[in-house]
Amino acid sequence: MSESRGPGDATRDGEARLQALVRRCRDLHEDTALTAVREWKERHPGAWAVGYLPIYIPAEILHAAGALPVGIQGGGDRTEVIRGDAYFQSYICRLPRSTVELGLAGKLDALDGMIFPAICDVIRNLSGIWTLLFPDRYVRFLDLPQNFDPAVGGRFYREQLEALLSDVSAQTGVANPRERLRASLELFDANRALIRSLHAARVEAPERIPTHEAYLVQRAGHLLPVDEHNALLQEYLDLASHREAVLQDNARVVLVGAFCEQPPLALIRSLEIAGCYIVDDDFLLGNRLLSEPVGGDGDPLDRLVAAFLRRGTPCSSIYDPEGTRVEQLVERVRRTRADGVVLAAPSFCDPALLDRPDYQKGLERAAIPFTAFKYAENTGQLGAIREQVGTFAESIRLWGETA
Amino acid sequence: MSAGPAPQPARDAGVHKEKSMVLQKDMLAEYFERVTTSPKAGRKVVYTFVPGNLTELIQSFDLVPVYPEINALQNAMRKRSDSFIAEAERAGHSEDVCTYVKCDVGMSIGGNIGPSGEPIPPPDLLLLSYTGCFVFMKWFENLRTMYRCPVVMLHVPYQGEGMVTPEMRDYVVRQIRTELIPALEKVSGRPYDEEKLRERLRLSARAEDGLVRALASAKHRPSPIDAYFGGVYYVGPIFTAFRGTQGCVDYYDCLNEEIDERIRARVGPVTPEGPLGEERYRLVVEGPPNWTHFREFWKLFYDQGAVVVASSYTKVGGLYDRGFRHDPDHPLETLADYCLGCYTNLSLPSRVELLTRYVREYEADGFLIHSVKSCNSFSAGQLLIMREVEQRSGLAGGFLESDLVDSRYFSAANLKNRLESYLQMIEQKRRGGAAA
Repeated sequence: MSESRGPGDATRDGEARLQALVRRCRDLHEDTALTAVREWKERHPGAWAVGYLPIYIPAEILHAAGALPVGIQGGGDRTEVIRGDAYFQSYICRLPRSTVELGLAGKLDALDGMIFPAICDVIRNLSGIWTLLFPDRYVRFLDLPQNFDPAVGGRFYREQLEALLSDVSAQTGVANPRERLRASLELFDANRALIRSLHAARVEAPERIPTHEAYLVQRAGHLLPVDEHNALLQEYLDLASHREAVLQDNARVVLVGAFCEQPPLALIRSLEIAGCYIVDDDFLLGNRLLSEPVGGDGDPLDRLVAAFLRRGTPCSSIYDPEGTRVEQLVERVRRTRADGVVLAAPSFCDPALLDRPDYQKGLERAAIPFTAFKYAENTGQLGAIREQVGTFAESIRLWGETA
Repeated sequence: MSAGPAPQPARDAGVHKEKSMVLQKDMLAEYFERVTTSPKAGRKVVYTFVPGNLTELIQSFDLVPVYPEINALQNAMRKRSDSFIAEAERAGHSEDVCTYVKCDVGMSIGGNIGPSGEPIPPPDLLLLSYTGCFVFMKWFENLRTMYRCPVVMLHVPYQGEGMVTPEMRDYVVRQIRTELIPALEKVSGRPYDEEKLRERLRLSARAEDGLVRALASAKHRPSPIDAYFGGVYYVGPIFTAFRGTQGCVDYYDCLNEEIDERIRARVGPVTPEGPLGEERYRLVVEGPPNWTHFREFWKLFYDQGAVVVASSYTKVGGLYDRGFRHDPDHPLETLADYCLGCYTNLSLPSRVELLTRYVREYEADGFLIHSVKSCNSFSAGQLLIMREVEQRSGLAGGFLESDLVDSRYFSAANLKNRLESYLQMIEQKRRGGAAA
């Protein structure tokens, strides 16, 4: 006769499944050799895998054209950069040098092409470096419009998307990419909806959804096909919602500035250990840049274009015509019931660092506490940051009510 | 990034000056007078950037263009940029970012006293000509916060695929027509006058012929010009507020007369210490110069008999030497082509190709990169550019580093060592070649 199982067993099983899921995501995070992509290609002979740099590309286009979109975020803190350093001066951020390192080491060989979206001058020029270093690969610079009039910027953007769809489908042999696009939009809409749910759930119960887990689960989508990622996100949400966790007396913070070069996972973990619940952030911002569903009636390309033009999520690399970026940050702080803001920017990152003075002034005006630091994807000495952020969190806890 | 004229500071009395230099100095003095007296005279001021600037269009509305990059470099030449940068860093700007931006922000914080010593009026409009430099966008977003004034964005697509497509051109033209012209009409209170624009474009094309002739003179031996240190003076009028004026045409006529005379006399360029003696090294240089120690930097070259015969920096305001001319018959399309064609809007492979052509066409002995910390648009990828040009030209390249307007990054001793080592290497190769 078997022993009866109580609620505690179910919780322990759930936690074990959750930890297994997070472990899988961590393995993907550390998979700089793109093993998962190579395996996918073996299962899909003739199919293309196309890499893309941060922050945003319309991955639906690649999907509809029969290619696997693969998010490349540099080499992280596990890649020793030797050859990549020979391509960049000391005052240029680390992401391009570690990306070149991966490319020269053959770790990106599974990619048939690379897309470099307009983010900053460094990534822009990296597109030319890639063309020169890898002349046999498909390379495209994707100029996201900075004019948001549908008849002007929208038209230009649509022309670019048409060219991308046509280029990639010609290589993959997909004959009807436009017809497939509608289904792709639905899959990616579902993905964005799940990611929004993840963020919303974290706002409500940060003790159940630590940011280092949420980050890994989202980042898995950079290597997995979108349908697999959707299933993974759903499973994580289901498991986390039943998790037993005690709410700590932590400071609730919004973290901004980390939308391109990503901090090491240990740094995110350090912020949590230092006493922060990160209730909103801009890590991996591209996966939720479009804030509304894209699919529906009408021409799918038009819908994709319109969704970008009206985005809704602020991004330092995209022109802010109304000048409301600071107000939107203040509003995010209010909406997520955050106590303060962590301004975390990669060293030498023009988009993040040039926004910082305005953010600081705006936060001061709104009487929202903030702290600021710089990092690189391989930052190893975390003690100073942990101490700084720990002091910040402590001061919020001690003085926040009366400040 | 930008190019710009560098008027001689008053303390430079005694420096050898050609007639064209005096002429340019007068033009600049008059320009700054026009800028600083604008509020009193009821003139409106439009801030904009040098690469892809739409000076003819702005001035066709009788608006006065102001170029923050020029203010920054002029301040650097007057040793004022460091204090402005420090001011901006105190206001929250990172030490990592562009020093042009910080110099300009610091100048604004301190009352916006311009290079002439008079206050530069605040902008009535920020014309964000987003050409070839990402930082431009953030720069004017910052200025918008400071000045609370309107901004009009002109997004110029990057030549990522190494060419200008009809779609790119149409995109820029549509923005000029639907956003820019209405914004200029609004701020000036005047309607768009295409005939007036055409007339300015005609004058632009004539001045452009003059500049091309001057730059091409460096193909002579000895070169009658220095196309980098001297070149920044030569491009000054055409890259800024003078393009599209008779004064600009006259300046290039005057300059070419002087150059022709030097060609006839078989003498080299005029340096601050007078005509250069023997031309020992002909160099092609990529990247902007340093402005805080401009004279000292130049001296490192001319003391060694090194002459720059072609440079990329003198192309940030347009690649006239590859055939582009403003075309009065297609006024908006030609403005679009101009914006799209600036050097920093070229892809890296296109830059490699252009620099390799310069090495060949100007029969250079060497190829140098001056990499500045402030300008990722120029700098990111320069190490690969060097290798590619080396491979294609067969010449070894050299690499120097400093900054635009932050003197903390200028190390004269280091630059001298590197330059001299590089020139010695050229010399040794020559001797080796001769011995073989």
